[in-house]
Amino acid sequence: MELKQFNFLFLYQETFALTKRLFIQLKRRPSTLVAGILQPIIWLFLFGALFSNAPKDFLPGVDSYGNFLGAGLIVFTAFSGALNSGLPLMFDREFGFLNRLLVAPLTSRLSIVLSSFLYITILSFIQSIAIMFISYLLGYGFPEFFGLGIVFATLILLVLFVTSISLCLAFILPGHIELIALIFVVNLPLLFASTALAPISFMPAWLGWIASFNPLTFAIEPIRVSYTSSINLDFIALHAPYGDLTCRNCISLLFILTISSLIVINPLLNKKLN
Amino acid sequence: MNYIQIKNLSKRYFDVNALENINIKISKGSLFGLLGPNGAGKTTLLKILATLISPDDGKVEINEIDLVKKPRQIRELIGYVAQEISLDKILTGRELLDFQADLYHIPKTKKLQRIQDLIIKLDMEDWIDRKCGTYSGGMKRRIDLAAGLLHLPKVLILDEPTVGLDIESRNIIWDLLKNLKDDGMTIILSSHYLNEIDYLADTVVIINDGKVIDQGNPNYLKSKLGGERISLKVREFSSPEESEKVKEILNKIDGIRQIVINSAQGYSLNFIAEKEKDFLTKLKVELAFSKFEIFSLTQSQPSLDDVYLQATGKTLQDAEIFMAGKRDLKKESKQSMR
Ligand SMILES: Nc1ncnc2c1ncn2[C@@H]1O[C@H](COP(=O)(O)OP(=O)(O)OP(=O)(O)O)[C@@H](O)[C@H]1O
Ligand SMILES: [Mg+2]
Repeated sequence: MELKQFNFLFLYQETFALTKRLFIQLKRRPSTLVAGILQPIIWLFLFGALFSNAPKDFLPGVDSYGNFLGAGLIVFTAFSGALNSGLPLMFDREFGFLNRLLVAPLTSRLSIVLSSFLYITILSFIQSIAIMFISYLLGYGFPEFFGLGIVFATLILLVLFVTSISLCLAFILPGHIELIALIFVVNLPLLFASTALAPISFMPAWLGWIASFNPLTFAIEPIRVSYTSSINLDFIALHAPYGDLTCRNCISLLFILTISSLIVINPLLNKKLN
Repeated sequence: MNYIQIKNLSKRYFDVNALENINIKISKGSLFGLLGPNGAGKTTLLKILATLISPDDGKVEINEIDLVKKPRQIRELIGYVAQEISLDKILTGRELLDFQADLYHIPKTKKLQRIQDLIIKLDMEDWIDRKCGTYSGGMKRRIDLAAGLLHLPKVLILDEPTVGLDIESRNIIWDLLKNLKDDGMTIILSSHYLNEIDYLADTVVIINDGKVIDQGNPNYLKSKLGGERISLKVREFSSPEESEKVKEILNKIDGIRQIVINSAQGYSLNFIAEKEKDFLTKLKVELAFSKFEIFSLTQSQPSLDDVYLQATGKTLQDAEIFMAGKRDLKKESKQSMR
């Protein structure tokens, strides 16, 4: 093993350059961003309308379906973005641009991962704020200061978790066709098997069990309750079949998932990147 | 002084021996040419030098640094310009250079100056602020070369840098390479253009089928062949059988050696005639005796192609056609992805 002289200034310089490239691409081809904001807003209108006459006791703790749906859409948008984060890397691999990065004396090749993570996080923040703002205009309220903290902390964890998996897949799978196929297969089922569109109490028991183990649920519920005034971390966020989970529980679970995925994936990334 | 040492280097891809027991020494400040037909193993060798793939066997040292053990130190020394150019279509040329400079940790203060220098040297002012997606082949090659030079590498590795270029772009690149060499840079360049190697290289290695056939100074390799290069035809297009017969006749004549049938040129016969012996009269007599006539007889200075022909029995062109049939390009591009 080569002893790396770790130089944080260098790490910053290379990570900044890699991230900047992603943002220049976004600026010149903004369709991803636009679609990423438009899609959840269309959902908000359509699903909101579809379920607007649902019986009141269908939704615990909120007074309209639109109100309920917002959190699910924020999480789903961040999740989709993170799931797609492997694609630019896959294309760099396919077009040989990755070789340009691999022959450079990067301080740490993890800067390639770090830049994707930064990019997706910022992107999902922008999208979430847009969704929250539209929901606000539709009269669904806005989280208070502490609530916002919960929203962003939860999003960071989810994005880190999903991005690391997606980047990993971008190195393992043979090409972008396979990656897109996998994203396609995973995306919507995970949405429907979560509490994004309906509460657990509404689901058949088996689906309730699945939903209460779905990482998306752990992200959705804290964000949903963050809209409640005087929110705190011990607020019950999820009535799972196996017991009640507080906000703190959900975020901790997400944290554990994120850390374990990073631990599992790190050796593989190291192998592919060294 | 040997700046780069390659010892017993081997690399296999499944059933293909891409490189077999390669030994090469390259001295500091030289321009080293790697000559070989398609599929000879040039790219494989250069990718190993660029730390992109690891060898199965053998050792490489640059400036006494072990390439497998300390790849990061090697990466600081080298600039690599790949055979397949890959630029980011969305970035402008200037943005790409800026990006590259940051990957090599060039300080902000020096960055702009270096980029500007290269823009002028490679004559890129007119289009540097256009997106790379709009560049022509020659522009792409030039910007790619500039990217490889930004951090002033000690060793510049170029994989077929002038393939398919217009004369203007090619001359710009050739001039730049000569200047860089004069400034003391060590340059390794692969090519299957004989004239390119002949014009640029101080030392050349000829590789074929993963093996080193010969190496040395191009002029030395040519003079080593000795004698006069003669190309003989008894008909404009002979058949292989006919050529074999003529070859037998030539074999009997004193002062003629190293006879090779050149299938690329109508099965003409190439051979070396020793200068001091008068073979011509004897040749005429012998050919007439077997009812052959001389259709053409040309004499030439030895070229690198003769060196190649002598070593392999094929012209470079033949070897390429042969290899082209053997390759599975789809499979390779899949496997070369990382
Ligand atoms: N990724 C790969 N997988 C399998 N075989 C490969 C791979 N890369 C190269 N080869 C094989 O290794 C041999 C050497 O290939 P290489 O690309 O080094 O040749 P080259 O001299 O650069 O040819 P060219 O002039 O066409 O660029 C060839 O037989 C080729 O088919
Ligand atoms: Mg090649």
